[in-house]
Amino acid sequence: MKTFKIGGIHPEENKLSAGKQIVDIPLPKQVIIPLAAYIGAPAAPIVAKGDKVKVGQLVGKANGFVSTNVHSSVSGTVAKIEDAMDASGYRRSSVFIDTEGDEWLETIDRTPDIKRDCALSPEEIIAKICDAGIVGLGGATFPAHVKMTLPKGKKADLLIINAVECEPYLTCDHRLMLEHSEEILVGITVSMKAIGVKRAVIGIENNKPDAISLFNNQIQKLSFKGIEVCPLKVKYPQGGEKQLIEAVTGRRVPSGALPIEVGAVVQNVGTSFAVYEAVQKDKPLIERIVTVTGKSVSSAGNYRVRIGVTLLDVVNFAGGIPEDTGKYVAGGPMMGRAVANLEIPTAKGSAGVLFIREGEAAHREMHNCIRCARCVKVCPMGLEPYLLMSLSENSLWERMESERTMDCIECGCCSYICPANRTLLDYIRFGKSTVGNIIRNRNAKKN
Amino acid sequence: MNVLIISILALSATGAVSATILFLTAKKFQVYEDPRIDAAAAALPSANCGGCGFAGCRAFATACVEADSMEGLLCPVGGTEVMKNIASILGKTAIEAEPTVAVVRCAGSCDKRARNNHYDGAKTCAIAAQLYGGETGCVFGCLGFGDCERICDFGAIGLNPETLLPEVDESKCTSCGKCVKSCPKMLIELRKKGVDSHRIFVSCRNKDKGAIARKACSATCIGCSKCLKVCAYQAITIENNLAFIDDKKCQLCGSCVAECPTGAIINKE
Amino acid sequence: MQRKINISPSPHIHSGDTIRRNMLDVLIALVPATLVGLYFFGLGALIVGSVSIISCITFEYLIQRFLLKKTNSIGDLSALVTGVLLAFNLPSNLPVWMVIIGALVAIGVGKMSFGGLGNNPFNPALVGRVFLLISFPVQMTTWPEPAALSMHYLDAETAATPLSMIKNHFGELPHTIDLLLGNVGGSMGEVSSIALLLGGIYLLVRKVITWHIPVSILATVFVFTGIMHWGVNSAIYATPLLHILAGGLLLGSFFMATDYATSPMTAKGMYIYGAGIGIITVVIRIWGAYPEGISFAILIMNAFVPLINFYVKPKRFG
Repeated sequence: MKTFKIGGIHPEENKLSAGKQIVDIPLPKQVIIPLAAYIGAPAAPIVAKGDKVKVGQLVGKANGFVSTNVHSSVSGTVAKIEDAMDASGYRRSSVFIDTEGDEWLETIDRTPDIKRDCALSPEEIIAKICDAGIVGLGGATFPAHVKMTLPKGKKADLLIINAVECEPYLTCDHRLMLEHSEEILVGITVSMKAIGVKRAVIGIENNKPDAISLFNNQIQKLSFKGIEVCPLKVKYPQGGEKQLIEAVTGRRVPSGALPIEVGAVVQNVGTSFAVYEAVQKDKPLIERIVTVTGKSVSSAGNYRVRIGVTLLDVVNFAGGIPEDTGKYVAGGPMMGRAVANLEIPTAKGSAGVLFIREGEAAHREMHNCIRCARCVKVCPMGLEPYLLMSLSENSLWERMESERTMDCIECGCCSYICPANRTLLDYIRFGKSTVGNIIRNRNAKKN
Repeated sequence: MNVLIISILALSATGAVSATILFLTAKKFQVYEDPRIDAAAAALPSANCGGCGFAGCRAFATACVEADSMEGLLCPVGGTEVMKNIASILGKTAIEAEPTVAVVRCAGSCDKRARNNHYDGAKTCAIAAQLYGGETGCVFGCLGFGDCERICDFGAIGLNPETLLPEVDESKCTSCGKCVKSCPKMLIELRKKGVDSHRIFVSCRNKDKGAIARKACSATCIGCSKCLKVCAYQAITIENNLAFIDDKKCQLCGSCVAECPTGAIINKE
Repeated sequence: MQRKINISPSPHIHSGDTIRRNMLDVLIALVPATLVGLYFFGLGALIVGSVSIISCITFEYLIQRFLLKKTNSIGDLSALVTGVLLAFNLPSNLPVWMVIIGALVAIGVGKMSFGGLGNNPFNPALVGRVFLLISFPVQMTTWPEPAALSMHYLDAETAATPLSMIKNHFGELPHTIDLLLGNVGGSMGEVSSIALLLGGIYLLVRKVITWHIPVSILATVFVFTGIMHWGVNSAIYATPLLHILAGGLLLGSFFMATDYATSPMTAKGMYIYGAGIGIITVVIRIWGAYPEGISFAILIMNAFVPLINFYVKPKRFG
């Protein structure tokens, strides 16, 4: 069984909601649609207070190439355009829409039939993806059309579908695969055409045997050409782009380079589904699957949520906040963001809401580094977290850069494993952003 | 006896050869340096705080020697006194600079700003600010993890354990500006020290709309512009729901202080 | 009032591993060797062992409390481990006051003067042992005769260690079976190879240590002594097996050289470190003044660890 070679950990999987069918969340009274909750320039609002909007209507227009369109996820009236708290912990520009009914744009195909054929050219497909405002749904939320537009002179030979879902607790991709396997396969075929590759590999960890066999059956039965399934040994952080490419192909993306350097493009399985809906059904990205989970959550489950519905509305529908909660996490436990309250909108990248119990929520007392070298052993990028932390503490940015801080993928393996409970990643992340700024300033000066 | 003579001769010979080598090397690698740099550096406080904008006192001394006029060169630690000294050493005219002091522009103490969550990560402001807006509803206010306290070379700024806000000890503050750079919320400002340390300033940086700001903190500036109207000297400007008092124009009359509905304007005497 | 929710940067879960658990595992791994030591050296082992443990813990507490004025750190059990390891490295007929001095040097000089656990460049127990060895060479090289449940302490019959027999070419060398069981002269914890191997395997299984350091030390010693024995002169130089089983080599390579704070951080670094220890040990054993060289070898290589960490980097991705 394949996996990546350097580092990695095996946290408790806790996939509590893996067996729960996706349930639709009823529409709330008001949604808050964030205009900036993804990587890139914030979208510019094109509606004003009092405007009537329909489901799927454009409300924010992409502001430059690395930016995405934002659509209304409900029908109703624009209440205001104001800054609202989101998962980043800061207030950012958002569109508030009061819900009235559920009226969709006529162009959207809402029939349940699966449409397999796609006669569009690669450019047309990418244009449709761009219009639909699709971002990487794995969590990094990088605009999909940017990723699928290959840089000049580069050629890809392989599309890798990230169906690893290595984050503990989260099951939204797993459920999506089980319930929409054919749509996903069509989405993959469409994406292959857009990128111009003949081969696609779906990387799935073998803790999801049902999804693996389902895909294998569907590919055979419905004869999807060029798509294969690659079962992977369970190990975190296999969903990291570079780790997944290595696990599937054995190729290693060089330091500081993009996957295209080794001829691969990686796409999250949720993104493939969104591509299907956008290209074949003309439906923009207005909803996603959110896992609500936690050890004390009585009804952990997977929900289809319109973008902009507050996490609180989602959680209340799913049975409310458990009594003994000590921490709310938007996303998975390894890379998700802790949030102070749940009155923040579901964004395109919100994969889940996790409730951590009081006893497990507090960081335990930090001790001296005992130099046990576990962080070095588990680092999937072959870095020395203990060293990077002390360099960051002492503001030695140049040395930090030469120790390849910028390679850090912030997976959290080092902090997870540390027996002295050191906040390794906190300091490394801070150092990384500081070093990143220094590098950007230096490059800006050069040009 | 023989041994004695041989030893003395051998030692002297070694000494002479070494001395020659040292002398020649020193000559060969000698770099000319303006002797005034040493003199100027000796007059500086040697705190090497970097508050002047140069990498240490010696670099500042070099800059003083090389500069045509003393304009813009100020050792914040030594102040006017030291600058006068240096100017006289270098035969230049000293430029009088108004003494400044670090001022913390946040008044959101514990009783004014309720904490609604508990930050549990690495206890530095820089890392907390990267994660989120802070333990209170105000995302502009002081985080209270003491980055300014740790960076200060003079022990002049420290967290008050009751209010959890930093307080500046004016007698120690040299206004070197390190704390200004260390604060991720940009709350610290170097302001004119003022006559007898009398200063009036807006102790808030909250740019949220009044209603949101008010909800988070009772000592916030809500941008109501009442102060703007009473100021007779046009010293107050309001931008993004936040008032600012220009210390160059302010005449310390105090009329804005009385007008402020939230007490965000502080009159320090 | 609203409940105060915790917020911190990711990750939000932890493996649950603690320093205390690691130290506890080391202690468990030391149990077999302790039992063997108690069996063969009886009362003496009991006295030396308990004095060493109690004084190590006491010194750590006192230094932490009154000199460093920091929070008490004896809860992490590292002082207990140091105490046990120090006792393991001492002859069981050593006077109590010397043991106390050894503990003071181990904890005070070897560990706390650098800032406590994790900051010490040298293995504390070995610092204590080497200090005693240099200060009291006679007492430190006079070992009691192993005797089942001996009730002797200072008055125990003395015996030579296998390594001093090799060094001085006298006596009949002990049987391998005695080396395995521990029925030979030596320090309290080093005599029984089986007990030490059991402990070592336990540490490996529990992933407290990795195999790199012990294996590279043992392999280097095996190859080096093998060349000397089979290649140079089998009459003078002892067999590799004897070199591995006799003396403190197993104790050193599984328990002392693998000490976290004083060993390198990367696999490659560990090979270099282990090979260095192996070579220095054999050089001291064969040509040095002392019959045994593992403690010096480890301390010397400890000094190189910062250098190794600086130059030997892990295999980077990409």
